[in-house]
Amino acid sequence: MSDYLLEVKDLKKYFPVRGGVFSKVTNWVKAVDGVSFGIYPGETLGLVGESGCGKTTTGRCILRLLEPTSGEVVFGGQNILELDRRQMRKIRKEMQIIFQDPYGSLNARMTVGDIIGEAFTVHGLAKGKERAEKVQELLKVVGLDPYHSRRYPHEFSGGQRQRIGIARALALRPKLIVCDEPVSALDVSIQSQILNLLEDLQEEFGLTYLFIAHNLSVVQHISDRVGVMYLGHLVELAPKDRLYSSPKHPYTVALLSAIPVPDPDMRKKRILLEGDVPSPLNPPSGCPFHTRCPKAGAECRESRPELRELSPGHFVACHLA
Amino acid sequence: MRSYIIRRILQMIPLLIGISIVNFTIMHLAPGDPVDLLVERNATAEERARIKELYGLNDPLPVQYFRWLGHVLKGDFGKSFVDGQSVSKTILERLPYTLYLNFLIMVVIYLIAVPVGIISALKQYSKFDHIMTTLAFLGQAIPSFWIGLILIYFFGLKLDWLPISGVGTIGLSVKTAGFWATFADRAAHVVMPVAVVAFGSLTGVARYMRSSMLEVIRQDYVRTARAKGLPEKVVIVKHALRNALLPIVTLLGSELPLLFGGMVVIESIFSWPGIGLLSIRAILQRDYQIVMAINMMGAVLMVLGNFLADLLYVVVDPRIKYS
Repeated sequence: MSDYLLEVKDLKKYFPVRGGVFSKVTNWVKAVDGVSFGIYPGETLGLVGESGCGKTTTGRCILRLLEPTSGEVVFGGQNILELDRRQMRKIRKEMQIIFQDPYGSLNARMTVGDIIGEAFTVHGLAKGKERAEKVQELLKVVGLDPYHSRRYPHEFSGGQRQRIGIARALALRPKLIVCDEPVSALDVSIQSQILNLLEDLQEEFGLTYLFIAHNLSVVQHISDRVGVMYLGHLVELAPKDRLYSSPKHPYTVALLSAIPVPDPDMRKKRILLEGDVPSPLNPPSGCPFHTRCPKAGAECRESRPELRELSPGHFVACHLA
Repeated sequence: MRSYIIRRILQMIPLLIGISIVNFTIMHLAPGDPVDLLVERNATAEERARIKELYGLNDPLPVQYFRWLGHVLKGDFGKSFVDGQSVSKTILERLPYTLYLNFLIMVVIYLIAVPVGIISALKQYSKFDHIMTTLAFLGQAIPSFWIGLILIYFFGLKLDWLPISGVGTIGLSVKTAGFWATFADRAAHVVMPVAVVAFGSLTGVARYMRSSMLEVIRQDYVRTARAKGLPEKVVIVKHALRNALLPIVTLLGSELPLLFGGMVVIESIFSWPGIGLLSIRAILQRDYQIVMAINMMGAVLMVLGNFLADLLYVVVDPRIKYS
């Protein structure tokens, strides 16, 4: 198991809910509740799930942009949750993030050159003319023009801004990039450009991606393996082809049935889940999915299924699979 | 940019004329007559009429207004009814005192409010934040004249630490007492007025800073900055603070004229010989020329303040361009 580049073990992130006169913690939102998985060097692990299932929180906890409540994040053989601030800053060279919103993630008051180049300065890698050259090189790599470095973010379109975000993430030549819904905010026509860019860059620089998204087609396109999250839990994890052809968890089955097929004549059976996702404030006992699962039995209500390996590389957290 | 500035300046002209008409009308509608103060108590109606005629107060209002406007456009604000002094000269004598007080107040407000707001935001819901919030409500709820009187009572009368009125001890100057003694004397006089006004406004600015900062630190680009591996100090100062300061800049533009308005109260309490004290006296004496001049000064200040704030925006925010 040590050949993982990144291994997440039993990661939990609870957010306190304060209430009452003295703002005491009255409850916890269990945004991520015991998630474990690993990513091999050079692969793309897709992470899917509906809004609020904890995908983004997981991604941010891995980079310690949020401090996890418990668990381990092992990167390059080291549990990074144990590192102090200074060590953590050093390791940030190795792991980067691309955010969903290309508008909010670039500081409007800095030029593109400064946004991308700042990382060089702070890690003492390059400055002055050398820095400017590196920035221009990066802009070329992501398909922008070198002269763009003098401009401000608001002078670019959404797709161009996302390219800037990618250039910024690439700047320090990281090993791992967490892509947090990098194309969700973009037009469909631009989405494929960005996805192809990400794929090309992966090949060129040997990158490893954790690709968080809610668009199943996008994830299918780019991932090697796919993990499905539901209510703060990882419910299924399998190689892409296996997951899409023979999903084992009822939630995955329902999710996949919702992918639209571009053929108006084709009739497809869609599995419509009843009710809403339960509140992570008050998650159901047993299997988190049992309240909406068409197959749920008595066992599902009582005990929570562990993630187990059904066939090599195919993990499922379901009593019935 | 240049055409924008020119357009804005041209727009100020009708605005200021409008303000002056409203001011002029309201002032003349107000009860009371300057003649009452100019003649003796037992003056005959004839004498009163003669005085009125002399000062042009018998003419219809529009005629009086345009006469006033004509003089003002030539740079002449007229003479005070009361002491016959040139209005411009009187105001220019008083203005430095008010500017001096205001400048100190502004410096104190921003020097304290900005860091306090930042700390409250970074440590949201901490003890510091709660205390600061409570103080902010107090500062805004308590009228400044009340705080002023309380301070005078305790620090001026009971403890006798600070002088309670004026700019400095009369007769004390650099020539007679030396630089440092004069400096200490002036400083002691200015402490209470500054403290009173600053306390009232500072808390509002601090709250403003806090909410602005809170909004900014949740932005993705702050998260990006952290992800880059920047030290926390750089993240806060360079990425968060600079963006959070944007709205504070506009506040600066409108705060200044408001402070001038507040001067009436504070200068009266501390007998500060500035514009505020002058204006309250002029109003009570129906000294129309002085009242109008001060009103117009306030209006110009307000309009210019907002204009400068808009221009400052361009400097601090690259997204904003006027054309």
